[in-house]
Parts: sequence; structure tokens; C-alpha cells
Amino acid sequence: MAARIAYDEVEVGTELPAQSFPVDRATLVRYAGASGDFNPIHWNERFAREVGLPDVIAHGMFTMASAVRVVTDWLGDPGAIEEYGVRFTKPVVVPDDDKGAVIEVTAKVAAKLDGKRVRVDLTAVSAGQKVLGMSRAVVRLA
Amino acid sequence: MALDQSFVGRSYPPTAPYEVGREKIREFAEAVGDPNPVYTDPAAAGALGHPDVIAPPTFAFAITYKAAGAVVSDPELGLNYSRVVHGDQRFAYTRPVRAGDRLSVTSTIETIKSLAGNDVIDIRGEVHDAAGEHVVTAWTKLVARAAEAGEA
Repeated sequence: MAARIAYDEVEVGTELPAQSFPVDRATLVRYAGASGDFNPIHWNERFAREVGLPDVIAHGMFTMASAVRVVTDWLGDPGAIEEYGVRFTKPVVVPDDDKGAVIEVTAKVAAKLDGKRVRVDLTAVSAGQKVLGMSRAVVRLA
Repeated sequence: MALDQSFVGRSYPPTAPYEVGREKIREFAEAVGDPNPVYTDPAAAGALGHPDVIAPPTFAFAITYKAAGAVVSDPELGLNYSRVVHGDQRFAYTRPVRAGDRLSVTSTIETIKSLAGNDVIDIRGEVHDAAGEHVVTAWTKLVARAAEAGEA
């Protein structure tokens, strides 16, 4: 489709604009409803602690959806993504206070591939911990 | 308890079609805080060459995970679903999911492993549209954490 970034203008190491995504309990309730994932570890602190978690944690898929925005906002057209994968390494802990948590996402071009495609590697950090590993996307550029 | 290895390679019949609606896509995009108009405005989507609004890249998971749920809750498999956490997630797209799609998922168990007492299962969900064309494949790794001593 129609990515606005030209393949010839990027090189290995090109950084994408970084973004930070706030997440609080209301964010998680809304995501639960929209995604259909009502696992109580994402909204019920008592339940989360009972199963050994420090507090309510964000849906991994919410973190995955947030992280890829760094790529889709850069591309313009999310339809230019061919592959996207992550490993969930640490939970994003979301306390019930007036701050919640923040997911900080950086990304850079890690490889130039054939067919005007590039591989972008992403890093997502919350409370100083890497929350995604092996996080990478393959995208088509113009 | 180790899972039954004979389930590796097992495929489950295609699910009944999930009809993707514009308002469901809007709801999902708002829930992930993404204001990109390609998810909500057919004209913006059309300007990029899409026949209707498209869904954010991870939207497909809501469909494939439901299909995977039917697989991992198969009582013959013996997975303790209440202790399952998400390990890895990967997608490969032929095209983005879009409004009007009627999507069906075919799930296959790719691998079953036991690591440090945890059951690890990889499920592939292949998503096709009403014409039988491939849209996206989702690979989901689920980890059923071993019960700790003294825990029910």
C-alpha cells in the first residue's frame, strides 16, 4: 500500500520517532471490553495478588498494540506492515493511583531487505524494565 | 503434568465466520488510543488504497485467541487454562483486516513442550476471508505456569 517513507531515505540505524503511552486502570477496562479479554488479572487487584502478581497488569496485547504505533505513525499506512512479533518478557504493572504506568517505546531500522522492505526493531520499557523482547516488524516502504 | 504429545500437528475445523464491523474497529482503535483516521474514516482509508476502514495490526488477535481458546480448553489436551499466560505473539499479514470481512480461523497445534514444569504450547491460527483468501496468520505461544507447592 502507500507508506510515506521512502526505502532509499532510510538506513540501518535510522531511528523512528519515540513515543510514550500512559496506561491506567480505566485504559485496561476499556481495552478489556474492546478486545473481549476479561481475564481478572487486568482489572481485579485482589485476584492478581492471589495468583502471585504484584498488582493488576496490563494486557500484553495492549502493550503490543501501543508499541506498534511507533511504526504505524511513521509509516502513515498500517497496511504496509507485513510481519509483527513480540515476546512478553515482563508485565506492565498498573497501580491504582492517579498516575498509572507509562510504556516508553523506541524503534530503529535494523535491516534493509529486498522488495523495499525493512526490519524495524522495537524496545518497550515500563518502570525501567524491558516489557517486550524480540520485538520486530517487517514493513514495506515506498 | 506433561501434555499429550499426540496433539502436535492437530488442526481444528474452521470457525464460523466473524464479521468485522466498522464500529467494532473504531471501538478497538479508541481502546488502544490510536487516532489514525484509516481506522475510522472510509475516505482516509480509501486515500491509502483500502476499500474500507482497516483494523489496527493486533485486532486479529481478538478473533484468533477465541479460536485458540477452544483448542486449549479441549479437555483431552489437559492444559490448566486458569494458569495460562501469553508468552509470544507474532503476525504475518497478506493484507490488513478491514470492515466487511467475514473471517474464519483454522487453528493448529504446532508444538507442545515442558520447560521447568511449565507447559508451553504454540498455536497457529490461519485467518481467511469469505472468498477463501489468506488475510493473516497469528502464532501464539501460551505458557501454563506450574502450580507452586501449597497452591491449589
